[in-house]
Amino acid sequence: MIGLEHYLTVAAALFVIGVFGLFLNRKNIIIMLMSVELMLLAVNINFVAFSSFLGDLVGQVFTLFVLTVAAAEAAIGLAILVCFFRTRGTIDVEDVNVMKG
Amino acid sequence: MIAQDLQVILPEIALAVYAIVALLAGVYTGKDKSAAMIVWITAAVMAVIGLWIATGSGTNAAFGGSFVDDSFARFCKVIILFSGAVVLVMTQDYMARRGILRFEYPVLVALATVGMMFMVSAEDLLVLYMGLELQSLSLYVVTSLRRDSVKSTEAGLKYFILGALSSGMLLYGASLTYGYTGTILFSGIIEAAGDDVSIGLLFGLVFLIAGFAFKVSAAPFHMWTPDVYEGAPTPVTAFLSTAPKMAALALMARVLHEGFGGVISDWQQILAFLSVLSMFVGAIAAIGQTNIKRLMAYSSISHMGFALMGLAAGTTFGVEAMLIYMVIYITMNVGMFAFILSMEKDGVPVTDIGALHMYSKHEPLRALALLVLLFSLAGVAAPMLGFFGKFYVLRAAVEAGMTWLAVAGVIAAVIGAFYYIRIVYYMYFGQDREPLDAGGGPILWVVLMGSALIMIVGVINMFGMEPVAAAAAAALVN
Repeated sequence: MIGLEHYLTVAAALFVIGVFGLFLNRKNIIIMLMSVELMLLAVNINFVAFSSFLGDLVGQVFTLFVLTVAAAEAAIGLAILVCFFRTRGTIDVEDVNVMKG
Repeated sequence: MIAQDLQVILPEIALAVYAIVALLAGVYTGKDKSAAMIVWITAAVMAVIGLWIATGSGTNAAFGGSFVDDSFARFCKVIILFSGAVVLVMTQDYMARRGILRFEYPVLVALATVGMMFMVSAEDLLVLYMGLELQSLSLYVVTSLRRDSVKSTEAGLKYFILGALSSGMLLYGASLTYGYTGTILFSGIIEAAGDDVSIGLLFGLVFLIAGFAFKVSAAPFHMWTPDVYEGAPTPVTAFLSTAPKMAALALMARVLHEGFGGVISDWQQILAFLSVLSMFVGAIAAIGQTNIKRLMAYSSISHMGFALMGLAAGTTFGVEAMLIYMVIYITMNVGMFAFILSMEKDGVPVTDIGALHMYSKHEPLRALALLVLLFSLAGVAAPMLGFFGKFYVLRAAVEAGMTWLAVAGVIAAVIGAFYYIRIVYYMYFGQDREPLDAGGGPILWVVLMGSALIMIVGVINMFGMEPVAAAAAAALVN
């Protein structure tokens, strides 16, 4: 029987993979965007699992909003990335270093 | 029912509709040629909506308790709208001369302001998230407004990646909070939490706080701040360091007090830790900076530490102290950026602190105004308003029995005073160098002098702000 814990474990694993993808990835900024998306989707699994478990629709409504915002966020992220590529000529993470911090 | 609900969010609707109309007008008419006019109209609209909100009274809830218009929300909204309007007005000339005055700029600022207004009024996690994202997405775009500059796009990219990470953490916290309380309404969360949180809810709370700490740039979640402040066009930096900070702190105060007000001891230590770390990181890391925008970034990290100290007290007076601190901080910051915007040499903007050597000889009045602002920012035992801001949060910490936090705050303030006073030293006793241009224009001059004057005159009675802030805090914590 698959219970709530299993869903939460999967979501937590995906979330952690997303966070690590952001920090450990030294290659490509597109991968960072994918990691961000992974984090948001992990949150969605959480919401839907809780929603079904609690018998409450709010969680699923929340998920729809998160999906919408994630789409807008990806669009803006890619737009900024295109601008960056035009000025810098590369999208390697190691080259995002004009300013030290 | 729905008519009453819409009545409550009418100011937000008005600003959002205005932003859309301005966007359409900009596209269909002169595009960037009409940008200057749109900036002025946007500032005027924001100021008018600010005045309109200031006349409101009472506590009006809307949409089944998802949104509230109380005196706390009104206080924050008025500050956000007015500081946004002032920043728009004072940056218009700078952007026009650099050729980056696009008509999207005022529209995006207006949309970010709508997001902030929703943030401070949010009464459930969904409204909170939507407001926060509306604000953040607009800010990512304005940060990379200078499309042809490597620094600006890089700043936008860094801000975006780390901002998205923080939104993810916040959402994860929201999902856990929802799962373990069964509701997203703050009023429901506080009931479900009772006075002892379960481990799942505690995780949710910690993730929520981590997400907020990113947004207010509190250490250890501050890494993006110096780069974004340095890379973004200076007018955008001026905006980033004022209204969004107020909105994010107000949001944090509302979630913690209205959603988790029954379990204050659980979040108090986290906030105290963030506060101490921010104060020291801001104060120590700023010492080595030579770029004034980076310096202001570390200064803002340190100031956020002090504002969080008020919140960490967990009392009504703590919230009041935080509000007073933020108003004073925003006023000082607007003045500082009015000065930074006017720093240029041969028509090129300068951000190096070294350029201020012997500034007092060439521009005695402006150097004096800057001296007042810097002493006020340092806030150590000088008769300026900045000192009273610090005094209030320290008192709140002491009254809440966190004397160690107050002592740490005083030590951090003294360390931080070093780099502010170093600039004063350069201005009055430095070596003689080629002077900066007398640039800046009258608006920047008025804002700089006005801000400096407020820092001195405000000492008398803070322009009657104290009872208003107290009422706002009382509306939040009950």
